[in-house]
Amino acid sequence: MPSALPIADPAPDDGLLPASVVAGAEERRLGVYLHVPFCRVRCGYCDFNTYTGDELRGAKRTDFAGQAIAEVHLADRVLASAGLPRRPASTVFFGGGTPTMLPVSDLAAMLAAVRDTVGIAAGAEVTTEANPDSVDAADLAALAGAGFTRVSFGMQSAVPHVLATLDRTHDPARIPLVVRWAREAGLQVSLDLIYGTPGESLADWRTSLEAAIAERPDHVSAYALIVEDGTALARRIRSGALPAPDDDLQAEQYDLADELLEAAGYRWYEVSNWATSADHRSRHNLAYWTGEDWWGIGPGAHSHVGGVRWWNVKHPAAYGSRIAAGLSPAAGREVLDEESRALERVLLESRLADGMPVSRLGSSGRGEVAGLIADGLIDGRAALAGRVVLTRPGRLLADAVVRRLTPA
Amino acid sequence: MPPRALQPLEPAATPPESIRNFCIIAHIDHGKSTLADRMLGITGIVSDRDARAQYLDRMDIERERGITIKSQAVRMPWAVDGATYALNMIDTPGHVDFTYEVSRSLAACEGAILLVDAAQGIEAQTLANLYLALENDLEIIPVLNKIDLPAAEPEKYAEELANLIGGDPDEVLRVSGKTGMGVEALLDRVVERIPHPVGDPDAPARAAIFDSVYDAYRGVITYVRMVDGRLAGRERIQMMSTRATHDLLEIGVSAPEPTPTGGLGVGEVGYLITGVKDVRQSKVGDTVTNARKPAAEALAGYTEPKPMVYSGLYPIDGADYPDLRDALDKLKLSDAALVYEPETSVALGFGFRCGFLGLLHLEIVTERIEREFGLDLIATAPSVVYEVQTDDGKTVTVTNPSEFPIGKVAEVREPMVKAAILTPKDYVGTVMELCQTRRGGLLGMDYLSEDRVELRYSMPLGEIVFDFFDQLKSRTQGYASLDYEPMGEQAADLVKVDILLQGDRVDAFSAIVHRDKAYSYGVLMTERLKKLIPRQQFEVPVQAAIGARIIARESIRAMRKDVLAKCYGGDITRKRKLLEKQKEGKKRMKMVGRVEVPQEAFIAALSGDTETAKR
Repeated sequence: MPSALPIADPAPDDGLLPASVVAGAEERRLGVYLHVPFCRVRCGYCDFNTYTGDELRGAKRTDFAGQAIAEVHLADRVLASAGLPRRPASTVFFGGGTPTMLPVSDLAAMLAAVRDTVGIAAGAEVTTEANPDSVDAADLAALAGAGFTRVSFGMQSAVPHVLATLDRTHDPARIPLVVRWAREAGLQVSLDLIYGTPGESLADWRTSLEAAIAERPDHVSAYALIVEDGTALARRIRSGALPAPDDDLQAEQYDLADELLEAAGYRWYEVSNWATSADHRSRHNLAYWTGEDWWGIGPGAHSHVGGVRWWNVKHPAAYGSRIAAGLSPAAGREVLDEESRALERVLLESRLADGMPVSRLGSSGRGEVAGLIADGLIDGRAALAGRVVLTRPGRLLADAVVRRLTPA
Repeated sequence: MPPRALQPLEPAATPPESIRNFCIIAHIDHGKSTLADRMLGITGIVSDRDARAQYLDRMDIERERGITIKSQAVRMPWAVDGATYALNMIDTPGHVDFTYEVSRSLAACEGAILLVDAAQGIEAQTLANLYLALENDLEIIPVLNKIDLPAAEPEKYAEELANLIGGDPDEVLRVSGKTGMGVEALLDRVVERIPHPVGDPDAPARAAIFDSVYDAYRGVITYVRMVDGRLAGRERIQMMSTRATHDLLEIGVSAPEPTPTGGLGVGEVGYLITGVKDVRQSKVGDTVTNARKPAAEALAGYTEPKPMVYSGLYPIDGADYPDLRDALDKLKLSDAALVYEPETSVALGFGFRCGFLGLLHLEIVTERIEREFGLDLIATAPSVVYEVQTDDGKTVTVTNPSEFPIGKVAEVREPMVKAAILTPKDYVGTVMELCQTRRGGLLGMDYLSEDRVELRYSMPLGEIVFDFFDQLKSRTQGYASLDYEPMGEQAADLVKVDILLQGDRVDAFSAIVHRDKAYSYGVLMTERLKKLIPRQQFEVPVQAAIGARIIARESIRAMRKDVLAKCYGGDITRKRKLLEKQKEGKKRMKMVGRVEVPQEAFIAALSGDTETAKR
């Protein structure tokens, strides 16, 4: 079951933005996110906004690219009419769901619509997520040909029993193949991993990490499994069929990931993300953490432009009918006040290896810095140089650190 | 059947020879209220239509728990052999916490019905009250109740009662309050056996206060037994302990609704209303006299109520503190024994240190606050009153472990009680074992009947208030009963055990215990807190200490992970709201040094929920 949308103000039907979004826009880059809300099966742990064939209630996958392209046009009009400067997209990211459930031609058409409207900057990062069993060599070559520069594979684990618990259907042996094909097509490669799956031992996790590193991807994401309310996984844990994830084991697994990845030449740049070099960091994901502008296209997608956040209706059928009626698909929005923006900046930037300027903190937050150094949670040298940077134990306690750094 | 006395005697004009004053001594569930209701019906003062079960018990809590907390007195007409009598039934509290009030009620009577459940036999509390009644030279009428029950064993228990008070088992009356069987014969027996009151009608008025009840509409209603002289309406009266004077607004008898009369004469029982709003102005045991023609000497037996058990009461929601203060202020009006003063606790915030007559009194007060005032409360572990002598010769009275002197203590004295435990003989070993672990000294042991034993122990009150009754009940499958009365004080090797979180003392958990028990208390509390306190960003030692010496130690391991790994695509709003929610949660935490503890953890640790959950 997809998670619920936030509760906030209604969004206007025309999607128009307040004039306040223009302030500082010259310094902000623009990204575009396209959400493809389809999956062949729903994995038991997933609460993302995605739908399998029989959950679509009349929405057709074949209609989707056209609807998304219509929203791209809406985005272009709204950004222009808000008085924002023309900013070609510096990153485009196709996520889901499973974007590769759609024919490559659909993905190419949507990307072309972005290029033809807001534009795509020279050297832009253009990523799609893909399931290892949903693409082949020809698809990857075609994606590269359409302008994609990067592919992120949902590897999750190399251990069959872990994949089975996660309801992932791909054969681990397929990972080396898809990575090779992506390389041959000239794409950068990222592998996504999940740790802390019920029944996954530290040794299992090591196996997965070593398998991932062996493929020499440019980028690795490693996310701790979160048991989300309403998922099949949550029900199986509640019924006792599976053990609940253990925080201490997850902490050990995180430490192991950081050790092995560091040893293999990867550097963390965000709590859950590592890259071989600064060039291979996901610029699109960094845009989320650094408060850039992005427009999220598709059902349930979130957007942020100049302190205004909004999100689209969740179901593809509702999305399709709003688009067909010429209305903005936004379901709700919030205009952040200065206090919330300041809170978010601490919340997001403190998770980055580049850290956050100490100057972002209020007086109560600054008063905590020395204690956090003493507790070994933030880096003392970096703090002396004016930045809050988490240590490895601090990364594992990032939420607790943020609670201490922000006013009560 | 019509009542026998068709023309009741006129109050204030009833000769003492026609008056019988009696009470009923019974264990809580032995049917006292049902029998009293039945008497009201048979004597015709409450019609069947008005008969509400347990008429005399007014408060909801009393009704639900089947306990009489506040006594009342009711005047019933009865006729024997053509002569009419006024029977005053004085209802007594049945619990040891209220021994003083019981003794004042007994002092107002010439006789007592000893009422015992024919299926259960006598219980320890009843035995205690029976002793009190005999000390007051009351005529005892032994009665077995509930003889209609299939499980009734009247022969066996008649034998037991006859053994206790002397006499013939055949003399023991058999009644059923429920069906009315034998109740008329019992009323006849009251007239026949119980002596009439004796007093000097011409002496200055002296009336003994045996109860004082706050009524929201009428103020304090004072129940009295006239000993000498008479009181009449519109007089000015004086309380002899304080010399305070009041105008009598109303004087009357309960029949059973308050019924104004011209006055009260020698031996009569009735009520006074003066308009005072606080029961402390009309104290149980005090003597009422006429202000213009006062008596020279008060009646004997008055003492100030003295708290035996102290506990801190705290609102679970700190914002309710002013409401708790209001609730206590209001309860005080109807409860002369309740004392309290503000207190602050690191763990629990703002609350009150309250003194009670005993554990039941504590329970009743907290329950009334929760029920009548809608407040959720947490009570700290009950503590008794210790007298501590320091090396420099000072004496400190300690009602709260935090007042225990730091440094050299020469001697600690603790209150002792004489405990009487009645138990089936199969459990004698179990009970003796329990009493020994509670530092009991055996005083004596008697077989009340073939299979029922009375064990008498001297025991520190501090051991009794710590879970003793629950232990006794659970180890005897509920069969044993307990009663205790104060028995002075004695010196003991007592120490204060503190519980420390990361070196900081958590006041609510300090306890004064015997040195031999200090270790087990320390282990119990450190284990509890270890289970209940969430992990922090650093390791937290949980220690038990006597002074500077650590006697037990646990440690709460540092939390290692507190981070949401992913950021849900661009849904920053969700992340921020989660943070705001976490911060709200943090605000509700209590800080002990640097350790954040949810209030619920303290509450669970105090109430022992961890062990209960395990069972």
